[in-house]
Amino acid sequence: MKYQSQKIALAYMGVALALFLIQVTMGLVIGWIYVSPNFLSELLPFNIGRMLHTNALVVWLITGFMGAAYFLIPEEAEREIHSEKLAYLQLLILVVGTLGAVITYTFNLFEGNILLGKEGREFLEQPLWVKAGIVVAALIFLFNVTMTVLKGRKTAITNILLLGLWGLALLFLFAFYNPGNLALDKQYWWYVVHLWVEGVWELIMASILAYLMLKLTGVDREVVEKWLYVIVAAALFSGILGTGHHYYWIGTPGYWQWIGSIFSSLEIIPFFAMMAFAFVMVWKGRRDHPNKAALLWSLGCATLAFFGAGVWGFLHTLHGVNYYTHGTQITAAHGHLAFFGAYVALNLAIMSYALPILRGRDPYNQVLNMASFWLMAGGMTFMTFTLTFAGTVQTHLQRVMGEYYMDVQDQLWVFYVMRFGSGVAVVLGALLFIYALAMPRREVVGPGPIEQRRLDTDADHVAAE
Amino acid sequence: MSDTELQPPAPAAYEPPSVLDELPGDLMMWVLIVSELLVFGAGLAAFLGVRITDPLGFAEAQDALHRTAAGINTVVLVTSGFFAALAVRMAEHGRKAATRGWLAAASALGIVFLVIKVMEYAEKASHGIGVETNSFFTFYYLLTGFHAAHVVAGIVILGLVSIRCTPRTVEVGAAFWHMVDLVWVLLFPVIYLLR
Repeated sequence: MKYQSQKIALAYMGVALALFLIQVTMGLVIGWIYVSPNFLSELLPFNIGRMLHTNALVVWLITGFMGAAYFLIPEEAEREIHSEKLAYLQLLILVVGTLGAVITYTFNLFEGNILLGKEGREFLEQPLWVKAGIVVAALIFLFNVTMTVLKGRKTAITNILLLGLWGLALLFLFAFYNPGNLALDKQYWWYVVHLWVEGVWELIMASILAYLMLKLTGVDREVVEKWLYVIVAAALFSGILGTGHHYYWIGTPGYWQWIGSIFSSLEIIPFFAMMAFAFVMVWKGRRDHPNKAALLWSLGCATLAFFGAGVWGFLHTLHGVNYYTHGTQITAAHGHLAFFGAYVALNLAIMSYALPILRGRDPYNQVLNMASFWLMAGGMTFMTFTLTFAGTVQTHLQRVMGEYYMDVQDQLWVFYVMRFGSGVAVVLGALLFIYALAMPRREVVGPGPIEQRRLDTDADHVAAE
Repeated sequence: MSDTELQPPAPAAYEPPSVLDELPGDLMMWVLIVSELLVFGAGLAAFLGVRITDPLGFAEAQDALHRTAAGINTVVLVTSGFFAALAVRMAEHGRKAATRGWLAAASALGIVFLVIKVMEYAEKASHGIGVETNSFFTFYYLLTGFHAAHVVAGIVILGLVSIRCTPRTVEVGAAFWHMVDLVWVLLFPVIYLLR
């Protein structure tokens, strides 16, 4: 750790991981409700469980991004963070807001209260005071990191990261605007999370990935930056109008079907470019970095993002296809692998890189971490296939044959059982990941014969941490 | 372990310049141009695809278009592209005044194109034809509308490069302008003429 203020990231990443655990646990609970629909129906209705699952996801990812920013900006800008106090104050506001939201949802407190009650608008249901807290925290954050960058060295990585973070905060403001017209309501609603994940979050993803590649592969900054600019251009070009694929059936004019179909088909390009970028950097790289776990997560992130966001997104983005598949389990399959690949794996990659440095524990073995990668990635991939098959069957039975929704759900039971099983693997993987970063203090696994031979004969080879 | 503790990397092996380094102008402009061509290409492909489902309706709707005006616009835009090419040549010879003159001429023809286009749109509107009239006109307005927006953007870019007038910037601006040109040359026959 070169700069003391990078330590801030430790607190953010800790909070993010705690929320990650809540998120996947809730996922397991609602996954079981699909299998056994009356489970906890009095105590924790499905819609509340899902709220916690989706809200916790978004909040922990953002907390993780902020942690990543606090970690990498000092190194890139070559100076300490503007104010450590503000950074911790900001985290406190976020934690209080998050806990407030969780308690309000779970116990349905202050029903109907404008300031304190949940707002009821799906996904944007946070109580008004929580939303206001998020904005205050975001302003503190942006002030803090922007001041740091302005006073320090400006690199393509920090510029793109800041652009993404500013976009994230500004687009959240649409959460406050709730027009009476339902079509407009839905349109603005998509502006928040979907101009995030198809737009500005891709900038955050590309810049963090670029930072990791720079550190892990030792490729020249110039080369990394060129890739970064191309990826960002492709992401914004396709992503902004690409969100038009959400406007097909909400009452907006019919031309959105063509704008959405054409532009969103191109959204696969930036994700392909990020995957190509990550692998080309590793091939070209001259550095044999000991943190193999961070490299595994980085490559896994780029690959699974390409499949989850790119391929699985394209699967149902053309309006002729979406007419049949809209809102079926195909959507759930895409949503799970896209979020996991693009943003969960990204956060876990930067954590795998940063936490050993922040805790002063290197070199130590990250074999457990790598095992957790395969558990989580394997579980999530299996879940994606299961849900894709479920969605295909559902589309046919419900949309083509015209069977009733609940009759079809009965027939999908076997898929939901398998999905629950893959969910268990993901939760175990998450627990293992946290254990792997928090607990072991020294090497867990010694080098095997192949690794030992490489260490003996190849002078450039560095032992895995 | 921080990076400073690592072994210094081996000296870089000689790498031949990649094709990307030899592109005229700026790499980012080529990324944009390729993206634009993909979008318009996909739009035209979709247009042709939907046309198969309703050839008579499309032919009938096409008769409402003003082919002569679009033909004139083709000549206007291609000539404008020629002027932009002359501007690049002047810029390479370091003749700034001439460069700016040809850029202005190219932009002026761009404005002529837009005026004729607006007259076409106005005429359609007076007949009550809009973007939702039928799928032919949905594509007509989307494709020519997006293209017209690029003509506007192109005029702005030509203006910017004539302020910062170097051979490289003029080349970048002209590349964009030729793309706008090329897209129109593709749109015109497919939308206006194809029977």
